[in-house]
Amino acid sequence: MWKSQGINLSPGTVIKGKWHYRSYTIVKKLGSGAMGTVYLATDHGQSVAIKFGHNSSSITTEVNVLRTLQKVQDHKLGPSLLDVDDWVLKDGSQVSFYVMEYLKGKELNRFVQEHGFEWVGILAIQLLEDLEHLHQFGWVFGDLKTDNLLVTFPPARLRWLDVGGTTQVGRAIKEYTEFYDRGYWGMGSRKADPQYDLFAFAMVILQIEYPSRFERGSHPERTLFMKVKQANNLAPYQDILRKALRSEYNSAAEMKDEVTSMLLASPTQRTRNTRAARKQKPSVQPSRKKPPATVPSSSSSKSAQRWEIVGIVMTVCLFYMMYVVMQWI
Amino acid sequence: MNKGTLKQILLITDGCSNQGEDPAAVATLAYQQGVTVNVIGILEDQQSEQPEGLEEVEEIAMSGGGVSQIVYAKSLSQTVQMVTKQAMTQTLQGVVNQELQQILGAKQEMEDLPPEKRGEIMEVVEDLGETCDLEVLVLVDTSASMHNKLPTVQDSLFDLSLSLNARMGKNRFSIYTFPGKRKEMDKIMDWTPKLDSISSVFPKLTSGGITPTGPALREAMQQFTKKRSLRNLIGREDTDVEESGY
Repeated sequence: MWKSQGINLSPGTVIKGKWHYRSYTIVKKLGSGAMGTVYLATDHGQSVAIKFGHNSSSITTEVNVLRTLQKVQDHKLGPSLLDVDDWVLKDGSQVSFYVMEYLKGKELNRFVQEHGFEWVGILAIQLLEDLEHLHQFGWVFGDLKTDNLLVTFPPARLRWLDVGGTTQVGRAIKEYTEFYDRGYWGMGSRKADPQYDLFAFAMVILQIEYPSRFERGSHPERTLFMKVKQANNLAPYQDILRKALRSEYNSAAEMKDEVTSMLLASPTQRTRNTRAARKQKPSVQPSRKKPPATVPSSSSSKSAQRWEIVGIVMTVCLFYMMYVVMQWI
Repeated sequence: MNKGTLKQILLITDGCSNQGEDPAAVATLAYQQGVTVNVIGILEDQQSEQPEGLEEVEEIAMSGGGVSQIVYAKSLSQTVQMVTKQAMTQTLQGVVNQELQQILGAKQEMEDLPPEKRGEIMEVVEDLGETCDLEVLVLVDTSASMHNKLPTVQDSLFDLSLSLNARMGKNRFSIYTFPGKRKEMDKIMDWTPKLDSISSVFPKLTSGGITPTGPALREAMQQFTKKRSLRNLIGREDTDVEESGY
């Protein structure tokens, strides 16, 4: 009945709900995945995101999850759910969809490239706090990956986009992506537990260094830890990543505490690291064998460069003044 | 609703049958016996267009009340577990739809209910999918053209067991290959809860051009009916499960 493998809507198409009679005007396609296609649309001038499902049961499942997440009080976990309905096409068939808040922001990787690696820890703390809330509530995010995350700015806030994989603790993970999946790397089961999310999150951080990702090879575990070791930009986080990949944290809160204390403990070492990373010339192909860390970025932030210039000028001035004073004495 | 055992045959092939009875007919029969037939058709990595013969894949799955998917060898792992899970949901949804029809009267399906009500029903389907027992008989085509794809098939079966064993319900798997040396199909692995030890299960291959899909399916079906009386079936004679093309 639901043969709409890939629904294709042109801008200006008006979608009218069968049950609630609300109508939306399609603006553009935002993306499509295994379970459905997401469009940007307007509802009385307001931007919303609409997800059309390939079948009605997957939409219903996701709506159930979004409803559950809204019960987690005082904490905005997913995008807010605005409407659920069916759209009847001209040929009589129908497509299920739901309407959610449209989040505008930057992809995690682009944000880190533009604003610097020191943001990794800060955003990590935010996400780990959200995960802790979710886990406390008895749920696991499941399909945690870069494509499902977005940084809204300013103030910088890491938000979840797609909650389709969210699963109750103790059940089988509903949806996953191989690169971020603990089972795929042979590092544990596919049962939903807090550690499953922490593994996926460690992979999210790791792929900031390796945006084109990497193959698991014939020794997945060895590959994984070698990649962690070679991730120069992530040097301060390596121990934390290793622990998360080995499922050694009891909770997201425990991991968060370690990130926090790492951020607070050694500011000098950290700044040196991130500064060094940012000073590198942008390169398209991140080579990992050569010792100097390379940022796989296209450009570094202009404001950061300006601050560096100011810093250098100030230092030179200081030395000059010292020289003048010395001359006097 | 009592929890029963879902029975599935998963057929992995790369071409069309060329010997014996029509596999679609056997699949229909299997479905009537309460066994769902899922089919995965594997493409060569360079193949861009769907070769002839693979349309049979969809036909068999439609007749067998299951799910079909045509994929490249490299994305086999995710497909195998997805197809199996989708077929489970589909079957369970069929059962739930039938119950609904009894309560609400004829021609009432989940899609005829407002979205708010659907949520609760979907929760029931999901609970059943998580907790029910499952038996999967994997039937692998080992004719000559499948030769270089078998290591991938092996990986994907291991992955399937990983996914399904994360569920609360029990699982049992068995693996058969066809064409068999003397019979229609050969047993590679008897019913087992885990597929950990499959690293050497695909031994020497029978080369040759014959692909007796129909007869092999019939044999596979009989593996279930043999011990049918011992098991608690989920009763569904003529459910009109939606045959959606995923």
